Amino acid sequence: MSDVPAIEINDVSKRFGPRWAVSRLTYSLPQGRSLLLTGHNGSGKTTLLRMISTASFPTAGVLKVLGQETREYREEIRRDVALLSHASFLYEDLTAEQNLFVLARLIGLADAKPRIDALLDRVGLKKRSDSPARQFSAGMRKRLAIARLLLKAPKLALLDEPFGELDPAGILQMEELIRELAQKGTTIVLATHLIEQGLSLTQARLHLENGRLTEAKA
Amino acid sequence: MSPGLVHSLLIVLRKDLLIEWRTRARLNALVFFALATLLMFSFALGPDTALLRKNAAGYLWLGILFASVLSLGESFRIETENMSLDGLRLAPTNARAIFLGKAVGNTVMLFMLSMVVTPVTIALFDVTITEGWRPFLQILILGCAAISAPGTIYAAIASNARARDVLLPLLLFPVLIPGLLGAVKGTQLILEGDPMHQLGSWLGLLASFNVLYWSLGFALFPKVIEDD
Amino acid sequence: MRHWLLSYGSDTRLMLWVPWVLLALAFALILSHLIDQKARAWAWKGLLAMAVVMLGVLPYLALVWSPPEKYQGDVYRIFYAHVPQIWMAMLGATLNFGASLAFLLKRSFKTDSIAEASAEVGLYFGTVGVVLGSIWAKPTWGTWWTWDPRLTSAAVMLIVYAGYLTMRRFVEDPEKRATWSSVMGIIAYVDIPVMFLAVRWWRSIHQVQSNPSTVDSTMSMVLLWSTTAFLCLFVVLVYQRYLLAEDVKKREVALPDALPPKELAT
Repeated sequence: MSDVPAIEINDVSKRFGPRWAVSRLTYSLPQGRSLLLTGHNGSGKTTLLRMISTASFPTAGVLKVLGQETREYREEIRRDVALLSHASFLYEDLTAEQNLFVLARLIGLADAKPRIDALLDRVGLKKRSDSPARQFSAGMRKRLAIARLLLKAPKLALLDEPFGELDPAGILQMEELIRELAQKGTTIVLATHLIEQGLSLTQARLHLENGRLTEAKA
Repeated sequence: MSPGLVHSLLIVLRKDLLIEWRTRARLNALVFFALATLLMFSFALGPDTALLRKNAAGYLWLGILFASVLSLGESFRIETENMSLDGLRLAPTNARAIFLGKAVGNTVMLFMLSMVVTPVTIALFDVTITEGWRPFLQILILGCAAISAPGTIYAAIASNARARDVLLPLLLFPVLIPGLLGAVKGTQLILEGDPMHQLGSWLGLLASFNVLYWSLGFALFPKVIEDD
Repeated sequence: MRHWLLSYGSDTRLMLWVPWVLLALAFALILSHLIDQKARAWAWKGLLAMAVVMLGVLPYLALVWSPPEKYQGDVYRIFYAHVPQIWMAMLGATLNFGASLAFLLKRSFKTDSIAEASAEVGLYFGTVGVVLGSIWAKPTWGTWWTWDPRLTSAAVMLIVYAGYLTMRRFVEDPEKRATWSSVMGIIAYVDIPVMFLAVRWWRSIHQVQSNPSTVDSTMSMVLLWSTTAFLCLFVVLVYQRYLLAEDVKKREVALPDALPPKELAT
């Protein structure tokens, strides 16, 4: 299983109305390797991550995640992939704990309570675990969103701007969390504007401009 | 082991009901909106009590229908707020389980609403439940389900479009007319008595409307929310 | 007073074949349009010519040549316009349903354009048809509007399809718009029989149904004539509206089959 690439992008394009958000992209990432995805706003990073997460699908070309074509095997891929996106995926009216419980039930996690407690502690939200997400600041939402991702223990983690809206301490903590994830053998794709942090966390690099690959380092 | 269709349906349903419970202030507002609608009908149609009594079934269902637009819209607003619907999809949750969970949740909400509105209707318009509670409850449940199935499909569509507040009733109301006719006529017969035994055919119409739209939703909902 | 050319028994019988021949011709043109790529350039012009000529003659056939009806007198003549228009609206809805299904199965934007065109043209025919029906109802039933099942369900379906077209205007993303409107097109079409049945149970007033056996043969000939004429018009309008939709789409989406170039031109 580990010899199949984590992500295999073969001449993939994605169109939104009149715009090509991603154009003729070809790239392959082996499992266990971490990739830094860079590019200006609107360069296609988010679109690419959403396609890899199977939230959306390529207009043309073939995209395989963990050896499986995304459109066909979306259910299987979704079990092994988690996305930390700009939108937090949180329910504003549920507490931090309840938000995690909903996901735990959906992925069929038995005896989730201790795991959830540990995770909330890990991201520094233990004291606020009974507050609804509506009362959280942007940084706290980000922490809860990363806890949501960690709960899933994915084989492939897609992190879209994980450092955004975090305070300096939060950034350090997030770095630590990502490093831990990588040590567990998780393949990571990290899209960020903080190139310094990004480079220290990853081995491979991919630069996008206007939806096109302009620079790749395997 | 990830849960099957029925289990995921129940998880989605449980989550929606939990959110409704935690925001019960909004729920109260919905009930009062329905009651206000009932009152407005009485004022708009004057103090002719015989007329009001005759039309009570229609007012009851229009009250529920108007309130349903708000509750249906709300049930997808919570999903679009932080793109939670994507989170749900990618968990992964079967799109059909999402449809069934949401539609059952909406049915439950509307049924509870109708349980509050019914006694007020009875008092306000001076009607009696002549044919008994059992057929009355049947028609309430079937009627609420008939609003919820197409309502869930259209709310999912409208929640992503511009001008969603106008769009939902515009799309939903005309399609609902057969179901509404069944519910109103059935309720009327239950309130006024059914000497000709017509109730069965109206219940039948309502039931077939439900079967049709629940299966359409089951078949088509993945297309509505999956982005392929 | 019948025209001298048509006033003799044998000639009248001869004339009855004419609309059948024209209908066959219209079908032949439509078929060649559908099957042969090259015919697409001229077949619709043939249909347009047929529509123009036949609609030009229709007032004479409907208002002068056709005899008055036994019970309704002259009022029934509106049926020559009303009935075919409603039929074309139904055809539009059916075409829309087929195109919607096809889009969900094959995801080709062409079927989405067909769906858009057929809904819009069908809505136009349906609106005119319902208005004509309402005009007919005034002298016949003494009121502009009755809750007759056909009239009511037709009117409600007009609102359903108006909602369908409104929704299309409110969604910018062409793929989402196509998917959602396909779902709505299917729901709307399935709703038609349920709607009709429900309204018929709800309230049914006496219907004056035209029974083919009691209708004068010249009347059925005129009806067939006008149906053929409106069919030609329907096809031409749908085709032109389809071309327009494709044109808009080409500007809107760099067209799905036109991929961006592999290398950027420098």
